[in-house]
Amino acid sequence: MNDTGIGARVRRKEDHRFITGKGQYTDDINLPKQTYAYFVRSPHAHATIKSINTAKAKKIPGVVGIFTGEDVAKDKLGGLICGWMIHSKDGSPMKAGPHPVLAQGKVRYVGDHVALVVAETKEIAKAAAAAVQVSYGVLPHVVDVADAMKSKAQIHEVAPDNRVFNWSIGDEAATDAAFRNAAHVTKIDLVNNRLIPNAMEPRAAIGSYDTGSENYTLYTTSQNPHVARLVISAFHGLAPEHKLRVIAPDVGGGFGSKIFIYAEEVACVWASKHIGGRPIKWTAERSESFLADAHGRDHVTHAELATDASGKIVGMKVHTKAAMGAYLSTFASCVPTYLYATLLSGQYNIPAIYAEVDAIYTNTAPVDAYRGAGRPEATYVVERIVETAARELKIDPAEFRRRNFVTSFPHQTPVIMCYDAGDYPAALDKALEIADYKNFGERKSASARKGKLRGIGFSAYIEACGIAPSAAIGSLGAGVGLWESAEVRVNPVGTVEILTGSHSHGQGHETTFAQLVSDRLGVDINNVSIVHGDTDKVQFGMGTYGSRSGAVGMTAISKALDKIEAKAKRVAAAVMEAAVDDVEFKNGSFTVKGTDKKMAFGEVALSAYVAHKFNSAEIEPGLKESAFHDPSNFVFPAGVHICEVEVDADTGVTTVANYVAVDDFGNIINPMIVEGQVHGGIVQGIGQALAEGCVYDKESGQLMTGSYMDYQMPRAADVPSFKLDFTCTPCPSNPLGMKGCGEAGAIASPAAVMNAVTDALGLRDVPMPATPQVVWKAMQPMKKAAE
Amino acid sequence: MENFNYVRPAKVADAVKAMKKAKDGKYLAGGHTLLPTLKQGLAAPTDIVDLSGLKNAGVKVGAKSVTIGAGTTHAEVAGSKDLRKAIPGLAKLAGGIGDPHVRHRGTIGGSLANNDPAADYPAAALGLGATIHTSDRKIPAEKYFTGMFSTALKGSEIVTAVEFPVPKKSGYAKFPNPASLYAMVGVFVAQLADGSVRVAVTGAGPGVFRAPELEAALAKNFSAKALDGIAVKAKGLNSDMHASAEYRAHLITVMAKRAVEAAK
Ligand SMILES: Cc1cc2nc3c(=O)[nH]c(=O)nc-3n(C[C@H](O)[C@H](O)[C@H](O)COP(=O)(O)OP(=O)(O)OC[C@H]3O[C@@H](n4cnc5c(N)ncnc54)[C@H](O)[C@@H]3O)c2cc1C
Repeated sequence: MNDTGIGARVRRKEDHRFITGKGQYTDDINLPKQTYAYFVRSPHAHATIKSINTAKAKKIPGVVGIFTGEDVAKDKLGGLICGWMIHSKDGSPMKAGPHPVLAQGKVRYVGDHVALVVAETKEIAKAAAAAVQVSYGVLPHVVDVADAMKSKAQIHEVAPDNRVFNWSIGDEAATDAAFRNAAHVTKIDLVNNRLIPNAMEPRAAIGSYDTGSENYTLYTTSQNPHVARLVISAFHGLAPEHKLRVIAPDVGGGFGSKIFIYAEEVACVWASKHIGGRPIKWTAERSESFLADAHGRDHVTHAELATDASGKIVGMKVHTKAAMGAYLSTFASCVPTYLYATLLSGQYNIPAIYAEVDAIYTNTAPVDAYRGAGRPEATYVVERIVETAARELKIDPAEFRRRNFVTSFPHQTPVIMCYDAGDYPAALDKALEIADYKNFGERKSASARKGKLRGIGFSAYIEACGIAPSAAIGSLGAGVGLWESAEVRVNPVGTVEILTGSHSHGQGHETTFAQLVSDRLGVDINNVSIVHGDTDKVQFGMGTYGSRSGAVGMTAISKALDKIEAKAKRVAAAVMEAAVDDVEFKNGSFTVKGTDKKMAFGEVALSAYVAHKFNSAEIEPGLKESAFHDPSNFVFPAGVHICEVEVDADTGVTTVANYVAVDDFGNIINPMIVEGQVHGGIVQGIGQALAEGCVYDKESGQLMTGSYMDYQMPRAADVPSFKLDFTCTPCPSNPLGMKGCGEAGAIASPAAVMNAVTDALGLRDVPMPATPQVVWKAMQPMKKAAE
Repeated sequence: MENFNYVRPAKVADAVKAMKKAKDGKYLAGGHTLLPTLKQGLAAPTDIVDLSGLKNAGVKVGAKSVTIGAGTTHAEVAGSKDLRKAIPGLAKLAGGIGDPHVRHRGTIGGSLANNDPAADYPAAALGLGATIHTSDRKIPAEKYFTGMFSTALKGSEIVTAVEFPVPKKSGYAKFPNPASLYAMVGVFVAQLADGSVRVAVTGAGPGVFRAPELEAALAKNFSAKALDGIAVKAKGLNSDMHASAEYRAHLITVMAKRAVEAAK
């Protein structure tokens, strides 16, 4: 192994820049003649807009322009879209209500975008926004997904019962039959709590219009700038793609929330034309991020698991109500369907599964993909019910899982997915060993002596990522294919530029992608640069989410590198006067079989540009190749996480005492970065389980957790030092054998933590987030019973 | 944030004068309560009178009492070696306020003037029977705290120092709000020099208050065991999404026990 190649713990090349404050984020960029935007937002959960009076606000010195839904309509700027068509069980298409860039006639959640105020400074824009007079007619609202179908509030005309779709998957009759013959049925009701993403960098945009070239430019905090350009061109109809450049510079975290095309960014780039082409900058305040970033999760689920007399699972039934919020965000519809119910088989052999999902509007911020997107929700259902079944059947939870594991591959589940490779018992064995499972009883007694309740919980998760094979998802309703593209440019001096459609917003691509090049071409990683995030530079890209940058993005780079190697061989053969087949490439050198002829990679690169060294009628000069890669399957990371908690019975405080994660990510490019991704994911999952809970007030429809005073993020001090390890079954569907690691931690951990909490308390269910108050309340009936 | 006039006088009398002249003035100490409210547009004073020019920071430990200048930061209080010996409960309390940023800017004077119902210092002031020194007078803690965000301070009156009697023993136990880390329930217990016992509770009600039922039990026997089975009533306590009144009532007894166990 080359010490900066695949598998090396290379320090992140980008970190010096970030840690010394030299990153260039959207808000760091300032353009000449720039103006500033502030949005007027709805104070009501649901209301008609009777009138908007901007006269007073427009008189404030320094105000450049004020735009409302009327202006958007006049200009025929298209509304926001949801790019994945889901059909209901009865065949009808999902009911997508209109989502104008600025509200037209109605607002549907607190924070809904009503008007855009542009001014010389942010302060003036904000003051003028406060002076815009909007007269509202308040309507009934509903914020809870469980109640929304029966509510008086009708959020969109197209959906009288607020239901967007009623979708199903699996064989209902076969599942019913399995339940009829079952020896035991376990039932559970679960709430997957709504989360607010909280990327460190809030969303931001600078939109500008060049009156000379008639080109638009949008700087934005995006995980997928090409997709933003495509949507703004094709659906908003702002400008054809060659007249619109989207740049996503350094981006400070996304976790999914920056995949989507939002109203604010579109409004800024659109409005620039209407103020003579002056650039318009908008940077969300943290309070706006809470109100108006797409939220995650928010499911209410009833699940049943049928087992036979030998403790084998024979069937599963799931019904989920999934909140969509007030509008369908860009990928909202695929999250509780194809990213969720297709994973309900977990790591288990389940012959029959049937699931139904009602997607439902509520008067809340839109809900869309958030780290794991559907798969954390699926894992939570599967791993909570499997654990509960094991307890009911009085079978050790590790043993119950082992008894039901899928052990031969490929394995076709009853819910579309075909698992390609894995070794689930191996991960379980390793995790049990590291967690010292056999001595758990002693630790429990030790805790009891201190007055603490100790519990242990498992989560044997599987997820599907490397999103996604285009043909497969196209047949399921996706509006775009999810391949990836890459271009490799070798300079005459032998340095390499990689232009990739993936986008790094914390993942470390500048390092890991360079490691691949270093490994393949023998070039020092410092001689490799990674270019991403600019539609004028990179040919195309589908962006970064769904743990796809490795399995899909790097495979595209790898394919382009294959072509570079092939071309360089031809050049080397010509220069060394040898047959191409006799040229070998290894460790950065070209040699001719059976001779001592040798050329370094850099020399060949130079020769490729000095075209008189070969016949340019036969070989084109230059050394630059591109590739598109469309995966043939999802990739299936899986693993076992074991969590141990201690609950302070006097206060209800839960402490994570021990956390073990054994993951199978296939081949790993940089273990240090992968561990960092797992750490971050586990912390996010612990946050969901014990701390984070987005609350809207039922009565007023206001967001109660609108700041860090009320929304608890997990802190470093709240988590233990994790014990990580890996197993490896290389992924057969990509040449690098990689799976994905970006979401696994957040997918696995909530179930592990809650299984541990319920074990500690001896209760069937404790709702997330299990804050001290929630745990204390859950314990009260137990205490009463004991008295 | 709106524009305002700014002055930074060096003398208490000048600060009072500046405040009297202002249309709608505000004193500024560490700014960790005031500045966020200005930024959110919740307050828009015409004048800011910055008290940092008074240079009255410092912890003076005497045989019978400790006097802390109003401008002393929480970090300075927490870090005072003499205070840690004289009133360990108070030093510990200061070390548990907010986070390091807050502790290095926020001041004891600002905290007591603000009297946030979830602030920590009011528990120590009431629990030890402190005296608040102001530009005009000396106010006993009993009379100083008059309810949620309200104090006995009048108009332009400035807190200049706080005088705490040195107790036999004192301890503080805080159950932080999981999100904000302010006190959801904070209990300060003290056994004063004359042997009397005080228990002051912050975070749980609309303002800091004493818990007579706990004081009575501890006066007989200053030990955590003495509080077994003594329940505080939930009526009148705060109730919000983080903690119901019942949960707060329960936590008062639990935290009181822990404060007694920690008392030195
Ligand atoms: C993130 C965060 C977490 C926090 N956590 C806690 C916590 O856990 N516990 C806790 O107790 N506090 C907490 N605080 C509050 C912190 O302790 C504040 O600093 C303190 O309450 C106010 O002190 P200050 O010096 O910053 O006052 P300022 O903000 O400057 O002033 C506060 C108010 O008091 C007035 N004032 C200030 N000084 C005087 C004076 N000498 N005389 C008369 N009036 C005066 C001002 O006019 C203003 O109205 C937190 C604050 C933040 C931002």
